[in-house]
Amino acid sequence: MIKKKNSIWMFFASVKLALFVLFVLAAASIIGTIVPQDATPQHYQQFYGSILDGIGMYSPQATAVITKISYLLSFDDMYRSWWFNGLLGLLSLNLIVCSIERLPDVWRLVVMDNHQTKIGRLQGMRNKLELASTEPAAQTAATVQPLLKSMGWATSQSTKPEGILLFSQKTPWTRLGVYVVHLSILVIFAGAAVGFYYGHKGGINLPETLSSDKVYKYGSGDEIDLGFTIKCNWFQMTRYPTGAPKEYQSELVIIDNNKEVLTKVIEVNDPLTYKGWTFYQSSFESHKKYIISVANKTTDVHERFLAPLRDAVRWKNENLLFAIKELIPTKIPMTYQYKLMVADGKGGQQLLILDDNMQGTFTRDDGNVYVFQVKEFFSTGLQAAKDPGVWLVYLGCGLMLVGLGVAFFMSHRRLWLLISEKDGKTSILIAGTANKNKPGFEREFAKINDTLTQHQSIEVQ
Amino acid sequence: MNSALLLNYSTFGYLFASFIYVAAFLFKSNKAGLGGTFFTALTFIAQTVALGLRWQESYQIGIGHAPLTNMYESLVFFSWTIAGFYLFLEFKFKNRTIGAFALPFAFAAMAFAESGWVSQEINPLIPALQSNWLIAHVVTCFVGYAAFAVACGLGIMYLIKDFSGQKDKGLMATLPSLRTLDEINHKTMIFGFLWLTAGIITGAIWANSAWGTYWSWDPKETWSLITWFFYAAILHARFTRGWQGAVVAWLAIGGFLCVIFTYYGVNFLLSGLHSYGGG
Ligand code: HEM
Repeated sequence: MIKKKNSIWMFFASVKLALFVLFVLAAASIIGTIVPQDATPQHYQQFYGSILDGIGMYSPQATAVITKISYLLSFDDMYRSWWFNGLLGLLSLNLIVCSIERLPDVWRLVVMDNHQTKIGRLQGMRNKLELASTEPAAQTAATVQPLLKSMGWATSQSTKPEGILLFSQKTPWTRLGVYVVHLSILVIFAGAAVGFYYGHKGGINLPETLSSDKVYKYGSGDEIDLGFTIKCNWFQMTRYPTGAPKEYQSELVIIDNNKEVLTKVIEVNDPLTYKGWTFYQSSFESHKKYIISVANKTTDVHERFLAPLRDAVRWKNENLLFAIKELIPTKIPMTYQYKLMVADGKGGQQLLILDDNMQGTFTRDDGNVYVFQVKEFFSTGLQAAKDPGVWLVYLGCGLMLVGLGVAFFMSHRRLWLLISEKDGKTSILIAGTANKNKPGFEREFAKINDTLTQHQSIEVQ
Repeated sequence: MNSALLLNYSTFGYLFASFIYVAAFLFKSNKAGLGGTFFTALTFIAQTVALGLRWQESYQIGIGHAPLTNMYESLVFFSWTIAGFYLFLEFKFKNRTIGAFALPFAFAAMAFAESGWVSQEINPLIPALQSNWLIAHVVTCFVGYAAFAVACGLGIMYLIKDFSGQKDKGLMATLPSLRTLDEINHKTMIFGFLWLTAGIITGAIWANSAWGTYWSWDPKETWSLITWFFYAAILHARFTRGWQGAVVAWLAIGGFLCVIFTYYGVNFLLSGLHSYGGG
């Protein structure tokens, strides 16, 4: 058992510690935005050297010492360093202890029986009203209850020595909003930890038409087995009229147990997910070669060829010879038409001008019709991620927004009415509190006054 | 009528409105203050129309997207949210002196946008920016930033009143009470914090859908987190003895400096993923 109220416990429960940790986290985070992360030793030498130079204190020894200290404190990989994560751990501990310390009291406020409130306390509340009724107490209670209910204050009733006590409250659970925010931070941290220990991040450059059952870990380049195969059918880049890239797209196929199970055209911001792995369009590479697809329209035989610019290619079975002679620039910068020369091996030849990825036909003397299509040969650069912690992170984010919304927009409001008879006169004491947005509650309170006094049996005392 | 011209007018509209609010404050004239409200509202409407026009213009040149995608557009939107948020506060708290301290921020954002330092061109969106999360991200961030700008103004008001010898006489009497200022400031900062949180979250979701990493400690991300830590600390300051009032007012100013650095400083001094530096 933790012994409560000892000074170490109170230290970890204190808001002062929270302030300290938050400010230190803010200040410490700055370091990693200035010192380059994950760079080479030479780079750090240079970086610290130029800083020392800037303040006129350069020397090789000083540079070496500072570089060494920087490594000791993990400034080169700051956000994964023991001390930075230690600070995050301290924040979590602070939050947990603080909540254990305070939550029971808050919970009591949420569930407490407000009919037990000492009558004397009502007199001391900031929002207080005294009205008189021409009816006896029981009758008065029966009169005001539906009026209050019409304003959203459904009351419960109890009998006290002083008279009849009516009580109503709105949204007591909103007191927990702040604690939802605090909990959400822990949930996000938990999600990040799950991702760190069980997640994988990698990438692969997949040439068009080829497939792979592995991706390669960032940094180390280690192979990671996917457990299924991913294939790239094609990659395509489209451009704006200005030549700026408009979209990168790849058609990916998932092959699992030798079956094609999923085909999707992915683009930046629209990845493909299969068995926990998500594949993102991240880059591409041109190989300065071209894919020439040819189909014999008559026999429906087709074939694909890979060729650099100006190299002649022979399709033996059909006795065709062709070559991309030239790239013709189009109106859109960096896009081209292809000038394709086709020869049938018997003296017949023709020049086709093809738009990128568009078809053109060549008819041979013997009547065979061939359809040609040319595109640049690319590899698609895929980023692959498997992060089983993401849903926890998102859950935490959702909780945080809900909690902040509650903390900001909602309050716990309570209303008591004591209806008592004295010397044949009935008086109503109305008292209320709100834990937040006190001006708003004052207006609500004034409205209650207006509504009640409009009834013919009730008047201002 | 095109958006560029209207935005030019908006700059002068906010300048003029700022002058009126300041004059109304200095000469304690409520009538003049009414003029400030009128010009702010008028400019706000003109700017709203301008934003709509710019959106439409982007479609006319064939690269249609919401006007929220580069430094210039974000500055215009920033100024628009400050003015909108201020008008809401004025309506709610019925005090025009706040205008003298809040509206200058709306003008400053527009003045910087129109200064010639940032490109006003409508650019086509590179693939990574083509996401609805971009819109959600920019809108949420800038609503938060606008609230923090106003909180900074409120902090300045608090300090001016606190340091002046006579708090309840003369000029100072027209300012809300210290208690009220502190209260409005705190509310404004929680409100800003809610939106900044939403801004960071939408940014993370966007990054995750584009790159498969919701957090990569790039300088802009990190600075938004620094700002977030800073405001989280401020929100807790008042639960600790000795940290209320003037300290919170100073912190509100400091927090806004963090915001400014996250917004501009990072682009000019540090490098990273965010494209707004291109302006
Ligand atoms: C990044 C971390 C944190 C965030 C985002 C956060 C958020 C919040 C928010 C939004 C409030 C409501 C403020 C208001 O209504 O004025 C709050 C209140 C509070 N927080 Fe935190 N908090 C964080 C860390 C902590 C830590 C580490 C502690 C540990 C002591 C703590 C203790 C409290 C307390 C005691 C309250 C007042 C609760 C009440 O009104 O009864 N917070 N927090």
